[in-house]
Amino acid sequence: MAFRLKLVPEKTDIDFFHIQWLTFGISIVLMVASIICVGVMGLNFGVDFKGGTTIRTESTTPVEISVYRDALDALQIGDVSITEVTDPSFRDDQHVAQVRIGPREGEEAVTAEVIAEVEGALKAIDPAITFPQVESVGPKVSGELIWKAIGAVVAGTIGIMIYIWMRFEWQMALGTVAAMLHDVIVTLGIWAVFQLKFDLSIVAALLTILGYSVNDTVVIFDRLRENLAKYKTMPLRDMMNLTANETLSRTVMTASTTLISLIVLIIWGGDVIRGFVFAMILGVLLGTYSTLYMAKNIVLFLGVNRGDKPKKRDKSEFANVDA
Amino acid sequence: MTPTPLWKRLLILVVCLWGVLAATPNAFYQRAETHNDAVNAIAKAKGVATPAQEADRALWPNWLPSAVMPLGLDLRGGAHLLARVEVSDVYKARMNSLWPEARDALRPLRDQVGAVRRAPSPEDTLRITISNPDGMTAALAAMQKLTTPVMTLTGAGQNDLSITAEGNDIVIRLTDAEKAASDVRTVQQSLEIIRNRVDQAGTREPTIQRQGSDRILIQVPGIGSAAELKSLIGTTAKLTFNRVISRTTDASANPGARNLLLPSKGESGVYYIIEETPVVSGDDLVDAQPSFDQNGAPAVSFRFDSTGARKFGDYTAENIGSPFAIVLDNQVISAPVIQSHIPGGSGIITGSQNVEESTELAVLLRAGALPAGMEFLEERTIGPELGADSIAAGKTAAVIGGVAVIAYMVLCYGMFGWFANIALVLNIIIMVAVLSTIGATLTLPGIAGIVLTMGMAVDANVLIFERIREELRIGLSPARAVEAGFERAFSAIMDSNITGLMTGFIMYWIGSGPVRGFAVTFMLGIITSLFTAVYVTRLVIELYLNWKRPKAIVV
Repeated sequence: MAFRLKLVPEKTDIDFFHIQWLTFGISIVLMVASIICVGVMGLNFGVDFKGGTTIRTESTTPVEISVYRDALDALQIGDVSITEVTDPSFRDDQHVAQVRIGPREGEEAVTAEVIAEVEGALKAIDPAITFPQVESVGPKVSGELIWKAIGAVVAGTIGIMIYIWMRFEWQMALGTVAAMLHDVIVTLGIWAVFQLKFDLSIVAALLTILGYSVNDTVVIFDRLRENLAKYKTMPLRDMMNLTANETLSRTVMTASTTLISLIVLIIWGGDVIRGFVFAMILGVLLGTYSTLYMAKNIVLFLGVNRGDKPKKRDKSEFANVDA
Repeated sequence: MTPTPLWKRLLILVVCLWGVLAATPNAFYQRAETHNDAVNAIAKAKGVATPAQEADRALWPNWLPSAVMPLGLDLRGGAHLLARVEVSDVYKARMNSLWPEARDALRPLRDQVGAVRRAPSPEDTLRITISNPDGMTAALAAMQKLTTPVMTLTGAGQNDLSITAEGNDIVIRLTDAEKAASDVRTVQQSLEIIRNRVDQAGTREPTIQRQGSDRILIQVPGIGSAAELKSLIGTTAKLTFNRVISRTTDASANPGARNLLLPSKGESGVYYIIEETPVVSGDDLVDAQPSFDQNGAPAVSFRFDSTGARKFGDYTAENIGSPFAIVLDNQVISAPVIQSHIPGGSGIITGSQNVEESTELAVLLRAGALPAGMEFLEERTIGPELGADSIAAGKTAAVIGGVAVIAYMVLCYGMFGWFANIALVLNIIIMVAVLSTIGATLTLPGIAGIVLTMGMAVDANVLIFERIREELRIGLSPARAVEAGFERAFSAIMDSNITGLMTGFIMYWIGSGPVRGFAVTFMLGIITSLFTAVYVTRLVIELYLNWKRPKAIVV
């Protein structure tokens, strides 16, 4: 027999509900803690959502944050933060920093003069400095972007819930959505705890996490539906364990191929998309966990209507397609 | 295993071959792009090509597809601006130019209405006080003659002005229908002007589009900074009306003191000597529309504001029979002869050859000055070096990611892993081909979408292979197991892909900029991976089984 790398043995018999109260409890605690963290510490909004300006600087001489700060404080332009950016893909003489200038009270538009002043002041202390990226968003647009982002996540959740409800049962729709929200909320919590920059690309990542988390859950529920028709008398708890064990190899396989590409991206993809990729990695890990330990738990609590007529109609819908 | 019908095999083959062909130009990005630029330049010059353009065109064979994925601002570098057009500026100008008209209309009624004066009012309102309120009915009737119906789909049947009496005051307001129509016109005009300005700078593939009711998005690749872009579109086209001294064909004629020698735009080799001080300038122009003169020939009608009207009226009265020059950006657009005194501040320019020409002139005249101020809500600049770094990082990640996933699939599924890898590689190729053909812009998040697709695209194959393994374990023959695997996995694949497409669609619909770039590749990846993972893999496995006819297979 040829060699096969198998992360999951051919036949597994794991009781995923053995520690159901523990895992369920951990999930609830994590979610509550995340909500509290977001509420208390707040998210570190980037210019997309908060307004203001970020300037990326690049120079051949090392970044001296204190020198930059002194130069910019002299301008008296209010709230300024400076961080050095490091990345393994940078050349030895490539020194990058990110200067962030807070939005100005009562000003809707972007102030081009401020940008020019900042650039002038930095050029004065380091003539070799260049500004490869300048982003400026007025408070008006950023306010709209926040609502758009919230709208996107809500619309995504509702759309998915309706689809699952139509294709499966309402219990599964609820389980899926609970798992999805768990993933998104915990990711947000981690963003709040570590005060990572939260901008539009993180919203894209959150939406992709929704998609991934659902994808994972749907595959298990699809199998559960098939088993419900096959084993009419098996207790729901055993059947869910059987289903999860049958699909475990696939769950691990897909999570690992996706993680492989994401890890490659986080190492070699450059610092510009690092936040996005990190959110995705968290999402894949959380998504796999919540599928196994969250979505199924909820379905078990709610029970599934196992009348004499399992949803045959749904099953044949695609099976008739000539593949 | 039911064999795939011949037509389906051919279709799959054709799609794959098309994908390879259409993706090829991206492997020779520089050459293909130079070729495309040359072809466009030659088409613009109506088929006339310089030797350099001929050489550029020859870099890429004409019979091959040459479309490449356009690179987004974050990869090529450039500037992005979101501007709000202050549409209410126009209301104020309207009211200011309405006042002299109203005053003139009330003048013959002086014995009924008494003295007339303008009272202070908000910007979008004109308030006129009359000293004798008994004449109000007559005054309102006179004002009513100033209104015109609004020409829009929604505002049909409404007039542009609402006229009411409040005590001794006549209050004239723009109706909502007229405001809406005016806003649309203002934004449209601003768009035209910006487009003219940006096109003049000759940058590649600028995006200039309307967003929402009063915003304009401007993205110009290759420009140094947002500040540079702002100064480019902020420059008003300089339009003036000047006295003509003489007409000449001598390019080196001496115009004399305080005069200018300017080329004619329409007639080559013709120059005009004009007085340097304009009679009226484009700042005084309110509107220009294509129209027709008394003889039915195409013309452009234009209208000045009150100050412009007075200056223009005085000048035309004194200079009947002599030409005056309409000068735009130091070129004489036309030099009509003044036929009569033009008192009302409006006039027409005759001499256009056809309707296209008069329309173009009207656009140019209108495009002369931005109709309203602009406020910049968002501006982003990305330097070309950062873009180049991002491309390099994206390429590295794509190559390493691809190799890693391919190796992992072979480790886990052996021979079948290679089958999945064929599908994976074809998937990326077809994605690139579709992106190039539809001209979807590739952004850094877009590259992330492609790399992520590599990871997620194999999901369909994993589902199928896991299912085949199970069917083999039950003891089905290889062919039966493969068929059952594909069939049973299909509903799970569909469900997961549809939910994925749904989130992608929402991202595209609600998002902007980076989110959209990601959503496009993400959705496309789902669709192409469905094709390659299901149909292509199935065909490859089928061919393998028919060729080897193995007694047993190991997945």
